[in-house]
Amino acid sequence: MGRKILLVTTDQQRFDTLACNGGTLSRTPVVDGLAAEGIRYERAHPQSVVCMPSRSTILTGQHPTTHGVWMNGVPLPGDAPSVAEVLRQAGYRTALVGKSHFEPYFDPFLRFDENALAMEGTTPHGGSRRGFEHFETATHGAMGPLHYSQWIIKNHPEALGMFARAVDDSLQVSSEAGGDTGAPQVKVNEMERGIYHTDWVADRTIGWLDSLDPDADWFCWMSFPDPHHPWDPPESEVGRVPWRDVDLPAGYPEDKALRESIIDAKPRHWRAWYDGSLVSNYEAPADWVPATLTPDQVREVNARNAVEVELIDEALGRVLDRIAERGWGDDVDVIFTTDHGELQGDFGFLFKGPYHVDALMRLPLVWRPAPSSRTTTGEQAGPSVVTKPVGLVDLAPTFCAIAGLEPATWMEGAALPTDDADAESRGFERVLTEWDSELFGTSVHLRTIMRDHYVCTAYLPGTSHDGTEGELYDLADDPLQRINRWDDPAMAQIRSDLLSDLWDAQPEPRAERLYLEAPV
Amino acid sequence: MTARRGSMRHTIRLACPPDVVWAMVGEAVRLPEWWKGIDECTVEGDTRTILTRSGLPMPERILTVDPELRRFQYRITSPLLVEHLSTIDVHDLGDGTSFVVYSVDAEPAVLALVIAGGARAALTNLAEVLGVEIVP
Repeated sequence: MGRKILLVTTDQQRFDTLACNGGTLSRTPVVDGLAAEGIRYERAHPQSVVCMPSRSTILTGQHPTTHGVWMNGVPLPGDAPSVAEVLRQAGYRTALVGKSHFEPYFDPFLRFDENALAMEGTTPHGGSRRGFEHFETATHGAMGPLHYSQWIIKNHPEALGMFARAVDDSLQVSSEAGGDTGAPQVKVNEMERGIYHTDWVADRTIGWLDSLDPDADWFCWMSFPDPHHPWDPPESEVGRVPWRDVDLPAGYPEDKALRESIIDAKPRHWRAWYDGSLVSNYEAPADWVPATLTPDQVREVNARNAVEVELIDEALGRVLDRIAERGWGDDVDVIFTTDHGELQGDFGFLFKGPYHVDALMRLPLVWRPAPSSRTTTGEQAGPSVVTKPVGLVDLAPTFCAIAGLEPATWMEGAALPTDDADAESRGFERVLTEWDSELFGTSVHLRTIMRDHYVCTAYLPGTSHDGTEGELYDLADDPLQRINRWDDPAMAQIRSDLLSDLWDAQPEPRAERLYLEAPV
Repeated sequence: MTARRGSMRHTIRLACPPDVVWAMVGEAVRLPEWWKGIDECTVEGDTRTILTRSGLPMPERILTVDPELRRFQYRITSPLLVEHLSTIDVHDLGDGTSFVVYSVDAEPAVLALVIAGGARAALTNLAEVLGVEIVP
């Protein structure tokens, strides 16, 4: 028997929502326990701050420039390389349970196999899809043709209307307000906890694990749709984190004048979105104006988000218990992370977009190596904290390393370091993140490097930018990224050095750009 | 998105005379033959009703069938759309090849994007169904 791999992803989760990362709202004893036994990463970054490109990076081990999913709504080609296929070819049983989102959800013609598969079963035609033998999908709520939606329709039709609306009548992201504060995308959800998608994903993961032979080596990607908006956890659980007791997050400048002066020092699309004069993408409600966000709404969103994080932690605990019951406990590597972050009040915003700040770019990442594993020195990896930058692009080669396989030549990252000395010796110096969006006449393009204690973003020409704008933050003395040093003469040399490194490190782009097929 | 209304266009050049293309795209009832994801199609007078693979019925009104221009236009009349117009033009390039343009204008803009995406895939499939090469 080899090492089994449980990849646990959430959606749109901030670094600071885990207690082991200093979070104070959610109780996350299960993930904290994994971190205490394993490796916790202080600087894990996605290569895109939106779902489809980031998830495609996890699967392919490539930057968006390479795998081609350059924005949400661009489908990952069916023949894209996949770490799951590498593992399957090596004899691993493979499954993805939960949110996949390699292909668009808006799909009335069922052009995309992941949507069509849900109408037919959990076993793809030909035995596997993207390397997964078992494909059982869910997203936020019960919309669309996915497995979770079909399950709700068949077994709990009374629950259909309980979720928040994802889109409004004009098919824009819904700004429907709810809760006690009228925050957007907040809804009182009366559904029973046991049928909420978090517990469904855990149940279905356990179901698949129970189907395996005891001697099987397996790779399971358990993908929770939460804590992505809408913030509509089962109402029975909401009292865990009373919003009125929530402190305003450090990233939220409550003073309006201060907040706006911070935003005004950033490139112009920040203020334009804040004022409601620009919506550049499909990631936030088009008719919600961030300037209207109130402190109490920030509290309520953070509280509901925290509840969702706790439910995920408990669901993960159930799955780990079942793994232990099956006798696999010592042989499983558990990797916990997410695809990108959430603004969640920082700078006065919610949701996400072309804003490369820690709210969206600094991710929770914990790797608990199998207790039975040993490094080449004979020592078990961990516990340790890695402060050097790593990316989700490094996950695929990490899975290969766990399985005792060489990384595929098409993987662009490297197996995650197990401590800072390992990171330094293997050159983990920088991590890149990119944003491209072109939607009905509005285009935005960002390229970011995180290196040393700087985050530097260059803006390519778009409809709001002429290519001269940028952002440069010194995290050592400005961890909240409130002071944009891009035009600071004292930072000119550092900026030049970072930009030179950024452009030198860019991956090779695809020969042909893939088409945008849907907004998400 | 900033736009409520979307306007999109996809094109393809096919290695065959335009009449070959028009014989397929100009015949309303033949749509399922070249558009994967449309399972059923009925035509009565100037009304076409399609059923998508996901089970969504889409009623349409056929506006233009011009064999001289080789132009086919239709409007989806489903309440999902505030406005819609799709236009298929088949151009004769004079060298034995055809240039096919599929335009989609719609409000909500999201549906323009989704329908146009389907149209683009359908154009590629059209080449396969007709058994002709796509000219780069």
